[in-house]
Amino acid sequence: MHLTPDERAMAEGAAGAAAAMAMRIVAETGRIMGAARLVPIVSAHIDGCLYHGDGGVEFAERLVAEGGKVAVPATLNVGALDLVHPEIVKGPAHDRAMARRQMEAYLALGCAPSWTCAPYQAGHRPGLGEHVAWGESNAVAFLNSVLGARSERTGDFLDIAAAIAGRAPETGLHLDANRRAGVVVDTAAISDELKARDVFYPVLGAWLGAAVGGAVAAITGLGGLGRVSEDNLKALGAAAASSGAVGLFHVVGVTPEAPTLEAALGGLPPQQTIALTPAMLRAARDALSTTGAARIDAVALGSPHFSLDEFAALERLAAGKRFGIPVYVCTGRHALEALAREGRAAALERAGVTIVADTCVVVAPILPDAAPGTRVLMTNSGKFAHYTPANTGYAVLYGSLEDCVASALTGEVRRDAAVWR
Amino acid sequence: MSAAVATAARVLVAGEAAGPLLRLAAPISFWGGVDPKTGAIADPRHPDHGARIAGTVLAVPATIGSSSSSAVMLELLRTGQAPAALLLGAVDAIVTLGVVVGREMGYGAIPVLALTPEAIAALPANGARLRVADGRIEAA
Repeated sequence: MHLTPDERAMAEGAAGAAAAMAMRIVAETGRIMGAARLVPIVSAHIDGCLYHGDGGVEFAERLVAEGGKVAVPATLNVGALDLVHPEIVKGPAHDRAMARRQMEAYLALGCAPSWTCAPYQAGHRPGLGEHVAWGESNAVAFLNSVLGARSERTGDFLDIAAAIAGRAPETGLHLDANRRAGVVVDTAAISDELKARDVFYPVLGAWLGAAVGGAVAAITGLGGLGRVSEDNLKALGAAAASSGAVGLFHVVGVTPEAPTLEAALGGLPPQQTIALTPAMLRAARDALSTTGAARIDAVALGSPHFSLDEFAALERLAAGKRFGIPVYVCTGRHALEALAREGRAAALERAGVTIVADTCVVVAPILPDAAPGTRVLMTNSGKFAHYTPANTGYAVLYGSLEDCVASALTGEVRRDAAVWR
Repeated sequence: MSAAVATAARVLVAGEAAGPLLRLAAPISFWGGVDPKTGAIADPRHPDHGARIAGTVLAVPATIGSSSSSAVMLELLRTGQAPAALLLGAVDAIVTLGVVVGREMGYGAIPVLALTPEAIAALPANGARLRVADGRIEAA
């Protein structure tokens, strides 16, 4: 792999020991991925600030000790603590202390305290064709698909290394040829009624990730509806990046690199065309649940972090109600500050909602303790549905936002299955 | 020298190691799929749920999911719960990055080889003792 003289000098220590380690990691990853060279980046989104064990803390603190600073604007993904409501996160004192050290180290490297997995809804929106290095699988899917900016799925450590080096390996989704769709997903057999419902999009995403793995798909049949929202695309991408390795998808007539199917395909014939059927979708929906329980113990919303529009939908459904079981809504400070300013956060809390900021219920011990499989969490998020059983011990039940709100009144499951027929 | 049972398409991280083969029956996300403290397959929906990867020659048909999988690999190296070697069905820079950083941090490193899904499927039965060296995989 080719390094420019400046890049080689950085790797050899010209900009300090931290920048040297950062450049070595970027260059070594480029070699592993088969990149010909590195590409300058305009921003980074850093997933490495989440505590998974002391190794991640030692790595970040070594970068700080050796004088590391980000060379481009960098936002931070969730940490393992809610710094706004510190009492919410339980867990061993050692883990909480180390999680805080890790978060502080990333701030010391010059990253912004955004603490969200939806940075694209917190003002960090690179433009069409701009090269960046983003971590967090849902954020990468949104960035490539909805914004048309360019990032590979950047792993923890490479994200901060790229931010310090100001470079990323020029490979994968940075290159035109790899952004063309190889698979066409035809949704003509799916009813417009289902496509008009928010509950459709995480299921479509979960099916997509399982069906195509890491391939780029062009989805047809959604562009004429005039109502596929940014939050729908967010939910689709998050689910697809959980069940598969999807870093880019095109929705023909909706996303910026797919004004037409021909454009999404880059003028080449597709390698595969899949006609999506209602039965395939129902199977994907059912795979998002691990239980058919009649009662739930908690509801979790907000993976990716809830937007202000999603809060507005929740407020409409929850108006005048009082929840009988814990309801957690995970979001970032960008939404929380607006909610607090308008008195909406207090109203939600009176209804029985716990607002979680900076983190979420599948990456930090927040839910009431449960022996594995003895309690049930309900969610409208394909991503929460995917990660809840392994990360929390709760069984999981997938439903719409309406189902979640109705079921949270008493804990008795209410699900409207009619739309799936 | 034993006959090679497989040859790597690419050596992602060089090295030598030996251990019993554990070929996972389904793709996995290391984050959420492997407990970094115990090295056990933690996702109850995974067909190998409960299996321990420490010290194995771990063959993974495909990797999926989170970009935090590199952090889980780093932690497995730090705590001594890492596999002895990693055989991937395709190049995966995220999990391999955990090994690269582990080497930078002095936690040790393991060989990582990219094969093809077909070559992963053609490996011997689970439990077979394999040796990995210089891109060759042979019976130990």
